[in-house]
Amino acid sequence: MKKLYTYAVVALLLFSSCSKDDPIAVNEEEVITTMIVTLVPSDASTNVTLKTQDLDGDGPNAPVVTVSGDLKASLTYSGSVKFLNETETPAEDITLEVEEEADDHQLFYTVGSGLTMGVASTNNDSNGNPLGTKFDVKSLSASSGKLTFTLRHKPKKPNSGLADAGGDTDIEATFDIVIE
Amino acid sequence: MSNFINFRKGNFNLNMKLKLPFLIFYFLVLSSLEIHSQNCSYNFSGTVMDLHDESPLSNAVISIEGLDQNILSDENGFFEFVGLCQENYKITISHLKCKSKSLSINLNGNLEKVIKLEHHINELNEVIVLGDSNKRSKTIYENKISKEIIDDNFNSNLGDILKNVSGISSINSGNSIVKPIINGLYGSRVDILNNEVNIQDQQWGIEHAPSIDINSAGNIYVIKGAGALQYSGSAIGGIVIAEPSKTFLIDSLYGKTLIYGGSNGEGGSIVSKLTRTYESGWFSTLQGTLKRFGDFNAPDYIMSNTGFIDKSASFQIGLNRFNYGFEFFLSSINNEIGILQASHLHTAGDQIRAINSDSILYVDDFTYKINAPKQKVTHNLIKSKVYKRFQGFGKATLQYHFQNNKRLEFDIRRGINKNTASTDLRLKTHTLIIDFDSSFSDKFYFKFGIKGEFQNNFPNPETGVKRIIPDYDKYDFGSYVISNIKLNKNWLLEGGIRFDYSKIDALKYYRKSFWESRNYNKIYQDIVVKELSNQVLTNPKRNFNNFSATIGLSKKVNIFNSVLLNYSIGSRAPNPSELFSEGLHHSSARIELGDLSFSSEKSHKVGLTLSHTKNNIRITFNPYINSIVDFIFINPIEIQQTVRGSFQVWEYMQTNARIWGIDSDISYDFIEKFTLKNQISFLRGIDTSNDIPLINMPPLNLKNEILYKNSKFHNLILSIQSDYIFKQNEFPNNNFEVFVPTTGKMELVDVSSSPEAYHLLNFRSTIELSTENKSKIKIGLSINNLLDKSYKNYLNRMRNYSHDLGRNIMININVNY
Repeated sequence: MKKLYTYAVVALLLFSSCSKDDPIAVNEEEVITTMIVTLVPSDASTNVTLKTQDLDGDGPNAPVVTVSGDLKASLTYSGSVKFLNETETPAEDITLEVEEEADDHQLFYTVGSGLTMGVASTNNDSNGNPLGTKFDVKSLSASSGKLTFTLRHKPKKPNSGLADAGGDTDIEATFDIVIE
Repeated sequence: MSNFINFRKGNFNLNMKLKLPFLIFYFLVLSSLEIHSQNCSYNFSGTVMDLHDESPLSNAVISIEGLDQNILSDENGFFEFVGLCQENYKITISHLKCKSKSLSINLNGNLEKVIKLEHHINELNEVIVLGDSNKRSKTIYENKISKEIIDDNFNSNLGDILKNVSGISSINSGNSIVKPIINGLYGSRVDILNNEVNIQDQQWGIEHAPSIDINSAGNIYVIKGAGALQYSGSAIGGIVIAEPSKTFLIDSLYGKTLIYGGSNGEGGSIVSKLTRTYESGWFSTLQGTLKRFGDFNAPDYIMSNTGFIDKSASFQIGLNRFNYGFEFFLSSINNEIGILQASHLHTAGDQIRAINSDSILYVDDFTYKINAPKQKVTHNLIKSKVYKRFQGFGKATLQYHFQNNKRLEFDIRRGINKNTASTDLRLKTHTLIIDFDSSFSDKFYFKFGIKGEFQNNFPNPETGVKRIIPDYDKYDFGSYVISNIKLNKNWLLEGGIRFDYSKIDALKYYRKSFWESRNYNKIYQDIVVKELSNQVLTNPKRNFNNFSATIGLSKKVNIFNSVLLNYSIGSRAPNPSELFSEGLHHSSARIELGDLSFSSEKSHKVGLTLSHTKNNIRITFNPYINSIVDFIFINPIEIQQTVRGSFQVWEYMQTNARIWGIDSDISYDFIEKFTLKNQISFLRGIDTSNDIPLINMPPLNLKNEILYKNSKFHNLILSIQSDYIFKQNEFPNNNFEVFVPTTGKMELVDVSSSPEAYHLLNFRSTIELSTENKSKIKIGLSINNLLDKSYKNYLNRMRNYSHDLGRNIMININVNY
């Protein structure tokens, strides 16, 4: 009886005697921490930059959203977007991956009530459906409201807009926009 | 009736001195004061049991000398003669595998007897009974799923087959990932034993199905509550025990092949099992299962990417001698399970789209192909066991188990990671168990044992995804003593205590922002191993000392009625997901946060079982109350904004909870060949600290079945089953609001509301054919969800994304040879 007990304890110690190394840290490669929208006005005045940055990803800190300035009324801006993973150094440009897999992605624009502008995609995937990482913004009259960018992974293509696109949301960022 | 009571009392007094029931009966008849005239309306019924373990023996032949009546005992060992006269009868009971027994009865009223048979002479000296009923609780009602039910439903998974038992429901992630819920509790609170091996397969997650193939088991037992202390003290929900079939000490080779085809999922399965036994005690069994299904469908659409492939095999070899023996068991289970494509949604905005849609958000053509999201789970198990009997002491058993569980979860990913799993967990468990059994006398049974366990979890960092479950080593040491005493013929007292020590030693990377927001950087500064730019490597170590106990009484009121009363205390240490979770849990579309400071949860459960078995009616009534201190549950706390959108944050918390309910089973043979079965499972779960309902509690379930069985015509069985699931009106309100850009408004995300009540009808039929070379063929045709009813199940995690299964027409052919 006592013998068996001793064996049990010895066996347990044997199992537990293996040494261990520190586990490798995981740098998440697919996390999108940052989205930067650059709006280049056709009149060569100052660019407007919209940026949302959440360096802790799914962590408790909220994203920091900045808008560099107001838009001018009745002007066309040529827009482009950049998705970055800034948890890596140097930051990884995920826009390249999205554009490589253009068939599986689409960036949608939602202009909130009150805001008077039109946004339209200017680049396409290999099937001729909009991809949306490049676009034109046409501001109309002076107004203010919300502009939302939504990147969907594996949406239905072609679609009639965000409402019937389906897929899984990779990015959803809303900016407060003022048109002077 | 008064005469009957006298009879029982007399029987009891005499049994102290005389062992032969025949003599007792003889005496009773003589002592009976009432003198009856010739009367031919008496019934003689009884139950035939195995002397060694009191398991019922079916197909025993009971014959009465002089009368041309032979009756076979049914699957419960039950038999009955009707219309006998007041006279002396000579009865012979014989069974293929047992020594025949004769007895005389002097009939003076209805009589019911328990008849115990011994095995063949050549087995008598050497027999080892695998399913020793002394092993499990005697004061908690034990539900059994027999080999026949398993064979008729061999295509089911464990969770679905267990739903045949009242009080058991399941929590599902789609239709293939089904976890049993026992009296409202599941996951780490339910232990599952496969041939005495407590399966270690990361049972904490809702989307983790238990790694077990029911076809490797002979019978499955369920013990509700923590009373079976020889296995575990932490199973505060209950224990599911899958035991292999008994082998007999005869030279024999037998086997079976089961084939299934089902219309829903357009797939099939095949099971084959071959057993060789020798008179010398050697035995071996080889079993294999293969299942393949494509996309399943709801009544109105295909549920894309819900197919699965199951491959499993087991091998057992051993020597069964009375004084010593050994067993070696190998089992390998490989599953690949598709996860409903339409459920692959993460943000709160996406969830609104799914919940508000009447249909499903993604449908593709039917396919057998399994795409991401999917799971690949492998569970390999080795069991070795030796035992020896010591004269005058009892039996000592030594077991060593090794389990290797590998779990891969594939998500829809981008770029070079497309084919890389996003979760890759490898869990290895070594277990050493030593048990001593002793029956000092017929009346006193005693068992004690110790257990040591070492477990290592390795989450592979090559996934490129933050690990929710960290690297850890876990050490467990447990010891228990259980005993039962037959106070007299009708009363039995049972008691036991168990102590478990558990230590977890983890290496976990925390996000710096989380580490600081929780104030862990101040509280747990001493466990930091190193700091990186945005992560902190920590070495949390926790020790838990858990005490559990059980005490119970069993009382046979008379031959028809019995009462069981049990009080059990169980303690469960928090599992790794409750301690360490931190981040987005993809499959539940929410951020889940654990808590390093948790203590063990403690359950106090009182259960009462009243059972009545008389001729054609069998009733079991089981009310219970389970009061749980420091119950660990997960609760929504806030909405968190990320670049991806809004997520709900759920945090594990400790509270006090109470679950009470009633399970009831009635079976009534209302006319010859017809049986009516009724099953009611009702419970309420309350978070008593906050006075709100507990989440995911099974709603009231009412099952009724009409069964026709004709044993004279190929054992034909026809049955219609009605399954009514009420709406769960008691659920916590965890709804929240998020900003939806397309509408420009804050909108409600209704993740809490329960679906409407539903009623399903199922049809089942089987017929047996015997061939010339003695093999038996059984053919079955069944239809589940006969009316193709469209419904949603509160306990299916996919309910927000799709309806449940539509009609399924199934054919199975079972060949025994």
